[in-house]
Amino acid sequence: MRKDLVWLFAGILFFGLLYLLNWGVKAISTDLLVWIGAFLTLAILSFLYQDNAFYKFAEHLFVGVSAAYWMCMGFWNTLVPNLIAKLHPPIVKGVLPAIAEKPPEYWYIIPAALGIMFLMRLSPKAPWISRWALAFIVGTTTGLNLVRYLRSDFLGQIKSTLIPVIVVENGSLSVGGSFSNIVIVVGVLCGLIYFFFSKEHKGLFGVASRVGIYILMITFGASFGYTVMARISLLVGRMRFLLGDWMGLLQ
Amino acid sequence: MKAFSYSFTFYCLLGLILLATTDGLAQVESSDSLLSPLLPPSEVIAEDHPGDAGAAIIVRWKLSPDEDRGVTGYEIVRSTSPTGEFSSIGFAAAGSNRYVDANTEDSLTYYYKVLAIDVDKNVSESELSPPARSSPQWFNFHLLNLLIIGGLICGAVIYFIAHAKKGKKLFLRKIAGLEAVDEAIGRATEMGRPILFIPGILDMDDVQTIAAITILGRVAKTIAQYDTKLNVPTSRSIVMSTAMETVKEAYISAGRADAYSDDFVHYVTDEQFGYVAAVNGIMVRERPATCFYIGAFFAESLIMAETGNAIGAIQIAGTAMPAQLPFFVAACDYTLIGEELFAASAYLSGEPKQLGSLKGQDVGKIIAMSAIVIGALLETFFAISGSSFFGSLAELVHKLFSIVAS
Repeated sequence: MRKDLVWLFAGILFFGLLYLLNWGVKAISTDLLVWIGAFLTLAILSFLYQDNAFYKFAEHLFVGVSAAYWMCMGFWNTLVPNLIAKLHPPIVKGVLPAIAEKPPEYWYIIPAALGIMFLMRLSPKAPWISRWALAFIVGTTTGLNLVRYLRSDFLGQIKSTLIPVIVVENGSLSVGGSFSNIVIVVGVLCGLIYFFFSKEHKGLFGVASRVGIYILMITFGASFGYTVMARISLLVGRMRFLLGDWMGLLQ
Repeated sequence: MKAFSYSFTFYCLLGLILLATTDGLAQVESSDSLLSPLLPPSEVIAEDHPGDAGAAIIVRWKLSPDEDRGVTGYEIVRSTSPTGEFSSIGFAAAGSNRYVDANTEDSLTYYYKVLAIDVDKNVSESELSPPARSSPQWFNFHLLNLLIIGGLICGAVIYFIAHAKKGKKLFLRKIAGLEAVDEAIGRATEMGRPILFIPGILDMDDVQTIAAITILGRVAKTIAQYDTKLNVPTSRSIVMSTAMETVKEAYISAGRADAYSDDFVHYVTDEQFGYVAAVNGIMVRERPATCFYIGAFFAESLIMAETGNAIGAIQIAGTAMPAQLPFFVAACDYTLIGEELFAASAYLSGEPKQLGSLKGQDVGKIIAMSAIVIGALLETFFAISGSSFFGSLAELVHKLFSIVAS
């Protein structure tokens, strides 16, 4: 007998015993949707043991349903309001009455043409046409992101680091404030040196680069702990669903 | 004792009289203040919002003198005629003296009034603003510093690209994770197992996805030469199309067009965890020898990297998402941290455009480091000496790297 089937029977036996011994299972949910949710949660969690038929079922169901969901979302949230409603507003009178009153904006024919060019990938004779649309997307988004990153990551970061390394408060030296500022300034400078690719990291430059990577690793460590805590709260949420909403063991 | 009793009674009475009197006075003052009308905001000015594409007017006013007497906020009303009906367009909190009306038509003239409102819902209306009309501008002077710095970096990029195109060698330091790419592909070939490449879960509008696709091109070229199976599940349709084109080109340039299959790259779903579930399934069933996680990742990073680790695959990751880097560093064999990801594509391709671009970015880092050193020193001198000379210089450096909100 396959191991996963053994675990399945063990699970059924466990829940059956719980029910028979009446350990608070009186409050078990009678809502079919909660049962489906609990089954799918357990099916996905069963992957922690090994790949099995339940996981495969939940995985394929999730992928299929979500792909269809996003396709519908793409149609109703992007194609309808951003293209169809712009080119021929009366057509969306039933679903978007506010837009339906506006005059048509015919320059939206350009994105429509780009979209059709993109679909030319499906044509066996001229799939190369789709590259033009692709080039347009990559080019424009790169340009837009350049300004965005230059503004927030470059100028913003530099401005935040323009701080005194010796902090004087009420006429006397602030040791804590000075230490914090030194860590910030040295950390940013050493981090920049680590990501400098035009020079070999040797000598003093290499030392600064190593300090940079140490600072990065310390930051990653702190971030790791913080994120693990957030993940545990997700697990707690699922456990509350299983033990509370489904089994009624939690009040 | 009697004298004490009299004097005690006298002082108690005096105290009561004083209390009653001051309380009464306070009440009189309070009722006076309630009775006096709420004073309106003044000097309402409306003018075109500078440095924009039109359709916006800034309204400014001088706060109501009764700002401290329970003004809860200001209502901004507008009309297209000074004698016409005014309609409300928005509210500003108490203490605010400006409001941007971002819903105007450039062809129309607008008039504004600002209404102060207090806790008792008393309303006090300002004088009419002068007429204002929105208009588009060609140039936003608030972003002049961005243009200068961007121009310097872009100029450096163009210079180095031209330099590289002339055939001059551009030095780039070694990146540890990249040395392992060929080794990892070779291992998969020896083991006869496929290679899994995950290009992140964001679309082509993310620079990390663009870098991931560039690296995919180089990886696919080596895979084509080694005749190993490649599997690229994607979570975005445009990424799928781009990845298909890239892999196809890589196979053609490797002289293995016959070995290319459209099945190498396939779409799964846009849903983050649906995608993760599918990728995990692929991992445990196909058992790839090498997994690449290059691009933008979120909560799925650790789930995938842990599964890859469990199946014993060599794992090479690269992302610029700060929250996910710790997981990749912990679970993968090699991790390209932040900008190393973008440098990797240049390093691997060896193309003049990418190499020049990377060298140009290094010029940007020199600008940043110089500015930080100079700015921090000026701030320190100013903090120690209090000299206005250092103070004004420090302020100048601050202004150079500030984006002024208009």
